[in-house]
Amino acid sequence: MSEYEKPLPVLEGFSADFYGFCKQGELRFQRCSECQAWRHVPRELCAECGSWDWEWALSSGKGEVFTFTVVGRALHPAFAEDGPYAVTVVQMDEGVRVLSKVQGVSPEELAIGMRVEVGFEAVTDAIHLPIFNRVSA
Amino acid sequence: MKEACIVGIGETDYCRKPGSGLSQLGVQLQASARAIGEAGLKASEIDGIMPFPNLGRAEEIAANLGCENLRYAATIHMGGAAPAASLQSAAAAVNSGMANYVLLPAGWNGYSGARVRQTVSQDVSSIPGGAIARDYYLPFGFTAPPQWYSVMARRHMHEFGTRSEQLGAIALTMRKHAQLNPKAVMHGKPMTMDDYLASPMLADPYRFFDCCLETDGGAAVVVTSAERARDLPTRPVRILAAACGQPYPADEITNRRDIFKTGLTIAAPEAFGKAGLTPSDADFAMIYDCFTFEVLQQLEEAGFCQRGEGGSFVEGGRIELGGELPVNTHGGLLSEAHVLGMSHIVEAVRQLRGGLGERQVKDAQVGVVTGWGDFGDGSIALLAR
Repeated sequence: MSEYEKPLPVLEGFSADFYGFCKQGELRFQRCSECQAWRHVPRELCAECGSWDWEWALSSGKGEVFTFTVVGRALHPAFAEDGPYAVTVVQMDEGVRVLSKVQGVSPEELAIGMRVEVGFEAVTDAIHLPIFNRVSA
Repeated sequence: MKEACIVGIGETDYCRKPGSGLSQLGVQLQASARAIGEAGLKASEIDGIMPFPNLGRAEEIAANLGCENLRYAATIHMGGAAPAASLQSAAAAVNSGMANYVLLPAGWNGYSGARVRQTVSQDVSSIPGGAIARDYYLPFGFTAPPQWYSVMARRHMHEFGTRSEQLGAIALTMRKHAQLNPKAVMHGKPMTMDDYLASPMLADPYRFFDCCLETDGGAAVVVTSAERARDLPTRPVRILAAACGQPYPADEITNRRDIFKTGLTIAAPEAFGKAGLTPSDADFAMIYDCFTFEVLQQLEEAGFCQRGEGGSFVEGGRIELGGELPVNTHGGLLSEAHVLGMSHIVEAVRQLRGGLGERQVKDAQVGVVTGWGDFGDGSIALLAR
């Protein structure tokens, strides 16, 4: 694998767990064991009910495009060759939203409401980013 | 209720090439010295300093200026919402006796130094949600403010039918106002809707001309009690009320139940309520214009129009000088310079003192200043002559 120059998450604390599951091909979010509320990004306790009990619950991996932007001119040097590229907020069927990208869909085709499903892109040995693919109707 | 006043304002020149020729601290010190001098004060009388987040420390500002009696030093960590939010805390400080004269400095070399666009990706600790951005945003190329906020603008367009030409109307208004302000970096550079629409997409729906300038410069104001203000040479501008607030969650943009509810949604009713005023009482508004949509969004959340109506509100000259609610008569961050919101306060003070010539809002009695920062923190100050 050639040197990967884009920013990477720091594998500490909850982020180590989240991306650890991604490396295994699983999209998991925290879910409160008390009130069953899903949450993302990871937090120490449930802001809905105050419970400290939670698990890394497996997501259905399915959701829809909530909003997006198309970056025409990258403002970080590592993405300078990527433009135009879309960044997408996906609303998971569980209710949480996750920032990611939809691959295989041109920025012109991308639309709010589009159904998508998670996949994983191995950008380094340790980091597999959760990305999304269009679900054909 | 005891009132506080703004009694001194100061600015540096605003520029891009070749740069300010001063350090980041230097531009703030120059603006501060001018504000203190205008207020008829000596640096040794400044006993409160509220530095802008991450751009300077009270200790070094005091040591350079000669503020040898510093008692009160505090920073409101709200990015561009800090200046208007600091008016609230400064007013409380002078009215409770924690300080007599509070200096609010801001400034940077946003052009010749580290570019504004790169600040967070170079130092994630510079904003409260920095570690979240590092682990969950940056890996996907979601690295800078125009990208973060553009997803809100996109959603607004989706839900309310807001159009690019309406964002353009905001950009054009700021540019038009800048033609009346010789200090503005875009003075002498008018813009048409065709120019706007032809500018390249930076983060769709944000075009190049939807985005604020990157400039060098500093601005500062001095706050004191109404009682002390009476003994000073400038015409005091009263702080009727000021408030600040945060979106929820404030450190993460995407998982807000209501994506349009920002800090200003909480702050605006508080400020208007305390002042006993409504948005229709405002003769002008200085709205933190990091990007065009943020102006539209804040006009809605501050209550100048209903949510979803911002697009039509900004059309037809309503926010231009001579219109119902002139916005950013100095040209704002979009066409004057990016002075982190402090120049919005300075311009509001000028308008309320009067005598601005063709840039003067006729019979200006009450003005609103807002701030926007980080992932949607908000602040508002209601000022009066």
